[in-house]
Amino acid sequence: MNAPLRRVGVVVIVLFGLLFANLNWIQAYKADEYRTSDYNGRVQVADYKIKRGNIEAGGTALATSKETTGKLKFLRTYPGGAKYAHVLGYKPVNLADRGIEQVENDFLAGTSDQLIGDRFKDMFTGDQTGGGNVLLTLSKRAQDVAYDQMRNNQVGAKRGAAIAIDPSTGAVQALVSMPSFDPNPLASHDTDEAAAAFNKLEQDPERPLNNRALGETLPPGSTFKIVVAAAALENGITKTTPIPAGSSYTPPTSGEPIRNAAPSICPESQVTLMEAVTQSCNTGFAQLGVRLGANAIKEKARQFGFEQEDLTVGQLGEGGLPTAASRTGSIQNTDGGDDPAALAQSSIGQRDVRMTPLEGAMIAGSVANNGRQMRPYLVRQLLAPDRTTSYYTANARELRQPVTPQVAGDLRDMMVSVVQNGTGKKAAISGYTVGGKTGTAQSAPDRPDHGWFIGFALDKNGNPVSAVCVVLEQAGSGGSAEAARIAGQIMRAAIADPGGR
Amino acid sequence: MTVAATPAPSPATTGGQSGVRLARSRRNAELSLLLLAMVLVAAYGATVEANLLDTVTPDFWMPAAALGAVFLGLHLVIRFLAPFADPALLPAVALLNGLGVGFLRRIDLGEAPVADRESLAVFAGIGGRQLAWTLASVILAAGLLAIMRDHRSVSRYAYTLGLAGIVLVMLPAVLPSSISEINGAKLWIRVGGFSIQPGEFAKLALLVFFAYYLVRKREVLSLASRRLLGIDFPRGRDLGPVVVVWLISLLVLVFEKDLGTSLLYFGMFVVTLYIATERVSWLLIGLVLFFGGAYLAYVLGSTVGGPFANFYLRAEIWLDPFADPTDKGYQLVQGLLALGTGGLFGAGPGGGQPEILPEVQNDFIFAGIGEEIGLFGLSALLVVYLLIVERGLRAALAVRDSFGKLLAGGLAFTLGLQVFVIVGGISKLIPLTGQTTPFLSAGGSSLMANWLLIAVLLRVSDGARRPVTGGGGKAARPAGGPPEQLHGAPTEVIKP
Repeated sequence: MNAPLRRVGVVVIVLFGLLFANLNWIQAYKADEYRTSDYNGRVQVADYKIKRGNIEAGGTALATSKETTGKLKFLRTYPGGAKYAHVLGYKPVNLADRGIEQVENDFLAGTSDQLIGDRFKDMFTGDQTGGGNVLLTLSKRAQDVAYDQMRNNQVGAKRGAAIAIDPSTGAVQALVSMPSFDPNPLASHDTDEAAAAFNKLEQDPERPLNNRALGETLPPGSTFKIVVAAAALENGITKTTPIPAGSSYTPPTSGEPIRNAAPSICPESQVTLMEAVTQSCNTGFAQLGVRLGANAIKEKARQFGFEQEDLTVGQLGEGGLPTAASRTGSIQNTDGGDDPAALAQSSIGQRDVRMTPLEGAMIAGSVANNGRQMRPYLVRQLLAPDRTTSYYTANARELRQPVTPQVAGDLRDMMVSVVQNGTGKKAAISGYTVGGKTGTAQSAPDRPDHGWFIGFALDKNGNPVSAVCVVLEQAGSGGSAEAARIAGQIMRAAIADPGGR
Repeated sequence: MTVAATPAPSPATTGGQSGVRLARSRRNAELSLLLLAMVLVAAYGATVEANLLDTVTPDFWMPAAALGAVFLGLHLVIRFLAPFADPALLPAVALLNGLGVGFLRRIDLGEAPVADRESLAVFAGIGGRQLAWTLASVILAAGLLAIMRDHRSVSRYAYTLGLAGIVLVMLPAVLPSSISEINGAKLWIRVGGFSIQPGEFAKLALLVFFAYYLVRKREVLSLASRRLLGIDFPRGRDLGPVVVVWLISLLVLVFEKDLGTSLLYFGMFVVTLYIATERVSWLLIGLVLFFGGAYLAYVLGSTVGGPFANFYLRAEIWLDPFADPTDKGYQLVQGLLALGTGGLFGAGPGGGQPEILPEVQNDFIFAGIGEEIGLFGLSALLVVYLLIVERGLRAALAVRDSFGKLLAGGLAFTLGLQVFVIVGGISKLIPLTGQTTPFLSAGGSSLMANWLLIAVLLRVSDGARRPVTGGGGKAARPAGGPPEQLHGAPTEVIKP
């Protein structure tokens, strides 16, 4: 009987070997998937054991953690409600996190490598020092104004976005996407309640969860003329060069004529480039575009930041809120040559041209900043839990130089003329030099137009203080004028409270 | 040599003085290992408190000390009543039992309000109850060692035990569900506040019967055969008892809705049959019958439903637990997530969140512990189980009579199979079935039955390691075993 007993011993070893192999297989191939599974509530409980750091702007906590008596020790709250939602994002118990809460999660949670010293200290002192604090560049006042003005816009637009940046640094002063949402219910410890709130927001046809300022593109309309004007200035045309205009222009291969927004705009056969920008002369820019060629315009747009897919807005390094790429479209026939009809329409920011509000603000900002485009950022500083040590301080970084200082100066003059004499008068701020460009973009044949404004403000010494882009989706008539008014309000607030750099 | 020549030597003198290798009882080794195990249990308790209370209370050692006292008592009983018993068994089981109590206490601490945690009494909660059950089980095991001075004496009650075993197995199936069903498996008898799992005890009773029956029938079962495809198959008429047991185990599967118990009984029977007859064909027949039956139950469950539906559901959950992760697959999914979260080293005792797991004190204790001690800790636990099983098999190899071989071999294998079934179940190696994890899971029935099993193994290993004393050894044993218990003895040459 001993031989079978020995074999049974082997069988038992094989069975245990299977168990052992399976447990190893779980750790080797499945552990990460299991650990980060949406159904895994464990890791989150651990996340809530220490106090998550604040997200602050201008000395005020925009996201903070309050101690509770429940199983999860800290409740994440957003005192500003919907106002900062698209910047802060949210940190739910079970759902995916978003916004700065997501991109700076490790630092806020205290699990970042940078904070390993603090965790180590905790081990010996027995304290729980909590996570680090993230300080944003936002100007509280500019954000207040942007949020209120967008919500209460006078043309009744339901969707839109506004973003303001400091042209000389790239620091974001205000960022609003409309409609917004209250992130507090999403962070509820009642996960059913949080899921219900999330589902409601996700199914909302207005898509309030989307960050329109960074992540969505729209046809830019006439604001795109700044890019075409920049291409023209680099191709032997000055701001006083007369360019062909007229009340109507039909591109060589297409029967569809391009007209101006009103018969009073540039009916003359020729206007100066300055005049064409100031009045937003469609026929002039359509012909200018056809003359410059698709490549010149596409290249200029690319130099202003179009087509960039990997730009993120957070720290000035890796990570940050994702942005959508602005596009010019191909503007070409199937044979590879220019399509004059498409080129004419693209030159006035229609056809396949699409732009994010961020890109609009960056164009205005680079014009204001002598042709230097700064990399936009939201995170100004990372502060240790005890607020004494700084682990990161933003150092403004030039992203690219779309135009020379001379071209930037000419563009600046033309944009200032728009606000002083042309379509953007409502953006004016007394005591400051404000420049800008309005845009009215057709969305769809049967829908109201989008109203755009991109612009900047310079102080008495000519130093740029703010660059803004405001878009009111399907705002209809008066949309761009209202956008200009809101932009002026935001810039005024940013002048009074420039936020952190 | 005077000492060794004394029949039934006095344990204290033998253990301490004998220079003869065979006669070494190794009781002091057992004591040291036991102390080491208790130190580990105390360290585990301290770590749990450090993690959950942020401080180690001055009383952290009390559960370990209480357990230590109980096990020390058993150690003394072994010293006097089974001096040659395997010295590794008691410390290994004590370690598992102690860690089980420690983990259950950790669950109590985790579920208690933060303010009350420091003042949680030693005998409070499921941890305290488990401690009390341990005390009772160890006393019972000591009692069994005292009564059963020779393992062969139990064969006298083989038929009684066999009948009792079948009754115990079938009882929950015939009782109304309100009394016998917990979590979908009809394995229980609930009276008042108590619930016992008769199947745990039936395991022992049935194995005694199997061993006895097979020792008597082994010749006819192993010799009379027909050869087919190079394998010797038994005659049809000898298949009778196998088919009966197979049917019983399938009935258990269907009416008690429990694959694990069914697999356990059947595996136990087939393996004892194989050990008795040395015929591989029995293993093949057994495997084919079991898997065929299980597949049939699966097919019937998907088409007919009814009593097979539960098994079909379990198989479906096993195939894809993430298909319904919040309801039907919840437990298995959470178990896997616990293992995944634990990683290689675990969150540390008290550092995880085993409370999330449903039934973490019973079926899923291995996953709950795994989250906190990680792959390395679980591997160590598996090795301890393996040690117990292999030590049991070793006792079976060394013991001289066939009944003892079958009894110890069967019991050791059953213990190993049970660990395989439950640990395999929670780690998605095999379909999950409601088995307890021996010595770890909360519950008196399982703990008692498994301690009785260990008592039997201790007794058999004592018999196996007891020095042979020139033919006088057997004669000097307490007489009383009927002659047929020695049926198998001649097959092993006893050297004078």
